[in-house]
Amino acid sequence: MNNPLQPQACEIISVKKQGGHEFTFRVKSDAKPLPGQFMQLSLPKIGECPISVSGYGEGWLEFTIRSVGEVTNIIFEKQPGDLLFLRGPYGKGWPIEGIKGKNVVVVSGGTGLAPVRELLNMCADEQGFSKSTTLICGFKDETGIVFSDDLDRWKTKFRTIYALDKDEKSGWRVGMVTKFIKEVDFKGLGDDYALIVVGPPIMMKYACQEALACGAKEENMWLSFERKMSCAIGKCGHCRIDETYVCLDGPVFPYKVAKNLVD
Amino acid sequence: MSYVLSSERADALFSELKKQYRIFAPKRFKAQGRYSDTDIIRYAEAASLEEIVFDEKSDYPAKEVISPIQQALFFFTEDEYRASKGNTRPILLFARPCDINSQHIQAKIYAGNGGYVDMYYERMRETVKFVLMECPSSDDTCFCVSMGTNKTDDYAMAIRVDNDGSVKFKVCDEALKPFFSQSTVAEYEPKFVKENETKVTLPDIPNKEVLGKLKEHPMWKEYNGRCISCGACTIACSTCTCFTTKDIAYGDNPEVGERRRVTSSCQIDGFSTVAGGASYRNTAGDRMRFKMLHKFHDYKARFGDSHMCVGCGRCIHRCPEFITITNALNKMCNAVEEIKAEKGGAEK
Ligand code: SF4
Ligand code: SF4
Ligand code: FES
Repeated sequence: MNNPLQPQACEIISVKKQGGHEFTFRVKSDAKPLPGQFMQLSLPKIGECPISVSGYGEGWLEFTIRSVGEVTNIIFEKQPGDLLFLRGPYGKGWPIEGIKGKNVVVVSGGTGLAPVRELLNMCADEQGFSKSTTLICGFKDETGIVFSDDLDRWKTKFRTIYALDKDEKSGWRVGMVTKFIKEVDFKGLGDDYALIVVGPPIMMKYACQEALACGAKEENMWLSFERKMSCAIGKCGHCRIDETYVCLDGPVFPYKVAKNLVD
Repeated sequence: MSYVLSSERADALFSELKKQYRIFAPKRFKAQGRYSDTDIIRYAEAASLEEIVFDEKSDYPAKEVISPIQQALFFFTEDEYRASKGNTRPILLFARPCDINSQHIQAKIYAGNGGYVDMYYERMRETVKFVLMECPSSDDTCFCVSMGTNKTDDYAMAIRVDNDGSVKFKVCDEALKPFFSQSTVAEYEPKFVKENETKVTLPDIPNKEVLGKLKEHPMWKEYNGRCISCGACTIACSTCTCFTTKDIAYGDNPEVGERRRVTSSCQIDGFSTVAGGASYRNTAGDRMRFKMLHKFHDYKARFGDSHMCVGCGRCIHRCPEFITITNALNKMCNAVEEIKAEKGGAEK
């Protein structure tokens, strides 16, 4: 019998430190996730947790883990050649067909950048994928910055607003991402845009409120949820909100659906 | 075909069945109950017919055999997760209509939701044949008739133990018929309870707007003071499926261990806490609302056919705070009516 909970051993190709707390692991894998989907990562002895795929290519996957608490010790021990265990991909990612050819606006907070990284790469590298691209990307402070190489590259490809919550940094603005949403002319973009919001729950809440106040339309907005998950296949009940299972029906939801998912 | 067997012959039959089947049934465990000197009735492997408790409802449901409170999913080393081996011997599971109906509900989640079949559930479920235990009468917490779960025809065999000790069987499963080749044929059709002392009305939540208002209704606050979030109600529940997985390293060699599935409860604080610390439903009232709405709205909204409660009343028995789901349900119905009336009033 097929066992959907079976983790597959994946060899680590490289480990790269990102900012102060994050590590990006590149592992060998033939899994073919879509942007915005997630995987279940197992660390023997620690357990299993959902993790966004922050990058992928032929035969490899990348994901970025925050080293906090228990996980830290295990992660520091891992070297290229060691094994990690993965299963997936799971869930519904970004609606690529619905986004294609539109003006893409991404608002991200902190490591919320991971699940949109490949989408931003598509905007940057695939001719004609987006009509225009705007990235508003915020971090708490300098040590929180992840994917700096990408940030530098994207800056040369499309319009970017990078910000730290309180600290000064050359080329960066100061304040929460919410503050800069009004610089996007949603009305000017007509109906022809997709607004994507990813980050901590509070940030998404205020960013959506602000975007709506700035004239963004509900039907053009998408968000990605983070919920506790144990199984990722609709069995354990942890991620459920009403009749919706975030692991199956999300993590990406149209705003019109997401706004009713309250608990 | 139905048969009647004397108690001695029934015992002999039981011994024959045991050669081919593992038999799980409700058994009495002395002085393990909630209060001193009270017993507990729960599922375990039965060695004889005599051990099986027919005249009282079990405190814990039959689901404990199919989706146990805990089980090893994998054994891990540094380089592999190896799936545990499951039960391979066929099982006869003695169960009442509520318990059998609850498996149809558990299966919707474990063996269907999202198109994923949980191997651990399915491989166990496949080994099980139900032996329907007729209910002599219902107790004061049963409300199966209101839930439409008092009847079933999903059984391999039905059984009734009469007062004189003789035992009647109705045998449907071909594989069981040979066991009765020497038995006396009789007229027997299992009877189902037709009326319970306890009756409930089910709330009719017509749309998201009423649902939203119901979530905010003050009725849930009462549970902040009363419910101690122990999760006993969901552990005893015939249908609840939630679990958590844990990796446990073995003491003598911390590099190896097992990944274990352990029953979890939406009533417990921390059920929804994510790694970053964010959590939802932070009061007992919020969690009670979540449970009640799952049982009497959300499950049906997703799967369409029934509610996620079979009216077994086990949660009422187990709650240390004397919270009854039937009262909660009444309050919920009243709240829904109140919301609808307000809305109607506002529209005038
Ligand atoms: S909610 Fe209570 S009455 Fe309903 S199936 Fe569960 S334990 Fe039985
Ligand atoms: S309702 Fe009763 S049994 Fe259930 S969590 Fe609350 S106190 Fe415990
Ligand atoms: S993570 Fe288990 S049901 Fe969604």
